Amino acid sequence: MSSTILFVEGLVKRFSGLVATDDVTLDLRDGLIHALIGPNGAGKSTLINQLCGELAPDAGHITLMGRDITHMAAADRVPLGVGRTFQVPSLLDDFTVRENIGLAVQAHGGGNFRIWDRVAVRRAIWERADALLADSRLKERREAPVADLSHGERKQLELLIALAGEPKILLLDEPMAGLGPVESQEMVAFLLGLRGKVTILLVEHDMDAVFALADVISVLVYGRIILTGTPDEIRDSAEVREAYLGGEEESC
Amino acid sequence: MTLIFEQLLNGLLYGVMLFLLAAGLTLIFGIMGVINLAHGSLYMVGAFVGTWVANESGHFWLGLLAALPAAMIAGFIVELVVMRRLYSRDHLDQVLATFALILIFNETTTIIFGRQPIFSQLPDALATPIEILPGLPYPPYRLLIILAGLLAALGLYLLINKTRIGMLVRAGSTSREMVRALGVDIRLLYTAVFGLGALLAGLAGFMTGPVLAVQVGMGEQILLATFVVVVIGGVGSIKGAFIAGIVLGVVDTCLRAFLPGMLATFMPGPEAHSLGIGIASMGIYLLMAIVLLFRPKGLFPVGG
Amino acid sequence: MSRTVSIALGLALVILVLALVPPISQALGERSFPSLVARIMIYAIAVASLNLILGYGGMVSFGHAAFFGIGNYVVGILYYHHAEGVPLWGIIPGTDQLLITLPAAVIVAGIAALAIGAMALRTGGVQFIMITLAFAQMLYFFFVSLQQYGGDDGMIIRKSNQLFGLNLRDKMVMYYVILVIMVLFFAALWRVVNSSFGAVLAGIRQNERRMTALGISTYRYKLYGFVLAGMGAGLAGGLMAVFLRFASPDTLHWTESGELMIMVLMGGVGTFFGPVLGAAAYLFLQTYLSAWTEHWQLVFGLILLVVVLGTRGGLSGLLSRLTRGRS
Repeated sequence: MSSTILFVEGLVKRFSGLVATDDVTLDLRDGLIHALIGPNGAGKSTLINQLCGELAPDAGHITLMGRDITHMAAADRVPLGVGRTFQVPSLLDDFTVRENIGLAVQAHGGGNFRIWDRVAVRRAIWERADALLADSRLKERREAPVADLSHGERKQLELLIALAGEPKILLLDEPMAGLGPVESQEMVAFLLGLRGKVTILLVEHDMDAVFALADVISVLVYGRIILTGTPDEIRDSAEVREAYLGGEEESC
Repeated sequence: MTLIFEQLLNGLLYGVMLFLLAAGLTLIFGIMGVINLAHGSLYMVGAFVGTWVANESGHFWLGLLAALPAAMIAGFIVELVVMRRLYSRDHLDQVLATFALILIFNETTTIIFGRQPIFSQLPDALATPIEILPGLPYPPYRLLIILAGLLAALGLYLLINKTRIGMLVRAGSTSREMVRALGVDIRLLYTAVFGLGALLAGLAGFMTGPVLAVQVGMGEQILLATFVVVVIGGVGSIKGAFIAGIVLGVVDTCLRAFLPGMLATFMPGPEAHSLGIGIASMGIYLLMAIVLLFRPKGLFPVGG
Repeated sequence: MSRTVSIALGLALVILVLALVPPISQALGERSFPSLVARIMIYAIAVASLNLILGYGGMVSFGHAAFFGIGNYVVGILYYHHAEGVPLWGIIPGTDQLLITLPAAVIVAGIAALAIGAMALRTGGVQFIMITLAFAQMLYFFFVSLQQYGGDDGMIIRKSNQLFGLNLRDKMVMYYVILVIMVLFFAALWRVVNSSFGAVLAGIRQNERRMTALGISTYRYKLYGFVLAGMGAGLAGGLMAVFLRFASPDTLHWTESGELMIMVLMGGVGTFFGPVLGAAAYLFLQTYLSAWTEHWQLVFGLILLVVVLGTRGGLSGLLSRLTRGRS
């Protein structure tokens, strides 16, 4: 078994009485894709936001490769290797696709306080940005302003930007949300290409994608992890079907 | 002791004035998300129209009857012609457009009334000081202003907390979508809230007439203090505006009254006076800076 | 490449025209015109520095005049102690050397911006606008209360500053000094805007949350920008004191902050040369409207209202739309 990258222990988050994260413990292992599923309102986004530092937990610990990052500011976690994507793409709309990636590379590489250089001629940045783009369909849209991109393209750009930071652990908040079938398949193929290279925590509603990608699955219901196991174990669990799939059918 | 009590009363008077202005401003801020620098201009409109009518007619209270609708109509015009176009704009556009309104209001008032201050004549019964405590005569008109201000605060409290309009206003300051979902014409609500704010500003303007000079630029003097009240109290919070208004009114008045004298005990008179006034003028801004350092959204933030 | 060349040619032309303003004005008998242009150039520096945080960084500061005024007073106070021969606080000697007074103005304004920005940037939105206004007002009342330095009358700098034996009392000489400083300032600003830091600042304006997710502690970068902008305004304020030989608390008044914002908006928010256009438009309007009618503020208010409500992108936007329409 591979080593632990991110270890979450006894995490608790309350919002005025409501327990959104209830004693969550997660063990994310090197190179694996760990999916987090659960019905709407289970607290998946709240959990992601605590892992990346936007929300402060009320109790528990988050450990990144042996280092306690529970109370570290969001921006300070990124250079240690925590990367994320947003459920609703959050991009720099005035910049082009290439500029968005370039700035992500720059932010990761350093020298951000330099006021006397010229960012346009920092070749290392743009070579790396072009290399990231080369593997993507966005390559043809590299000079397009981000405000002009389609939803699917924005989702792809989110992912490329996150990869520009060379994360050890990638927190993906519903990367398939709002994608068409073809785009979803492309995204799955792209994520499969990352398996073994980056550790991924995948929050996703699209079950086909989850079962196609995940090495491990945790099921979150009302803020609690009710089961963690392989895709087969999850599929066969009566408890999961009861709590999750059953609930899903009712809501439909 | 009586001196301190007198200054406390003066502070309370200034405080309710600040509240009357801040109440409208904080609602406009909170509900429409608009910074309105021209709020002081509505106060000035109330002061000028009211004082002018009182002087021309010879009846002080006729002035009040004129001041309120005048300020409100000015408010409606401002809302319909300018503010409506600003709701979706960023703060910079709002600041500059309402800054332009200040210039327009001030210069128009100068053209109509001139640059000299105008004064109003109080009825004798209100002007002759009465002895409210042994050795402390105090003009009854000032007491009346304090009372009117407190009554307006109570009325506003009831309006906001006990009526349907108040419910909409409260809902509007936390969630615009919710008000829309209730099927309310949000534009009408905005206009109504703006008119209410203008009315309160006009009331404050008219009432200060006999106490302060009615002159062009009076709006900006009090406007900045009003903004401080709004921000300290928490944008959108009537309760915050009330508490911050009273506290600031008292603090500012007492600093101005006592600080120069205190400084004069250990430095030369003229320098102590000017330094004392300077520091007293800085007082409210300092208070705001301190509050924002610890509570970046003010004392009573609305909507989490 | 041809675009870069045409821009360079355009700039050279503008600088040439500016350099020719004094002799041509003199030939035409317009003696006060160079002074107006000189004030425009000084304001352009202050406006461009505000535009750095407002336009490029998205920080709506309503207290930028504070740093302009501090620069103004640094030059005035240094001269005062030079003339009186009494060191400030008993240790800092006064001076009238431009090469000391102007850098001092820049540094002191930068330090003030560091202190004010460190506190103000903890807030955002409306609160940020108001807290910057509050700090500027505090400084305004502070300087007004200093009787030693003229209180609310301000202080006259009786003799001009010294620079390489030039006669800075001569408005013509001073004009060229201002022109040179402005060109140098904009060249430096060009580097900042196109630097790595400039890219980060532009990113923060567009989406602060995204920048945090990229690992950027936005507070520090905003503070850095705030300090740089304060230094720029300090330079302009110091230069204004040297030019007018007068330091005044009016330079810190909140309406002055408002005017700087108006100039940013008129020129075009977040455009590089917009501040020059904005300062020119504002000061031309002010000068010629006030000569035309004493109620010029009414006319100006109406113009400003139309500009804010009716145009996007200010004069720069208008120019680029016009040129685009032609090509």
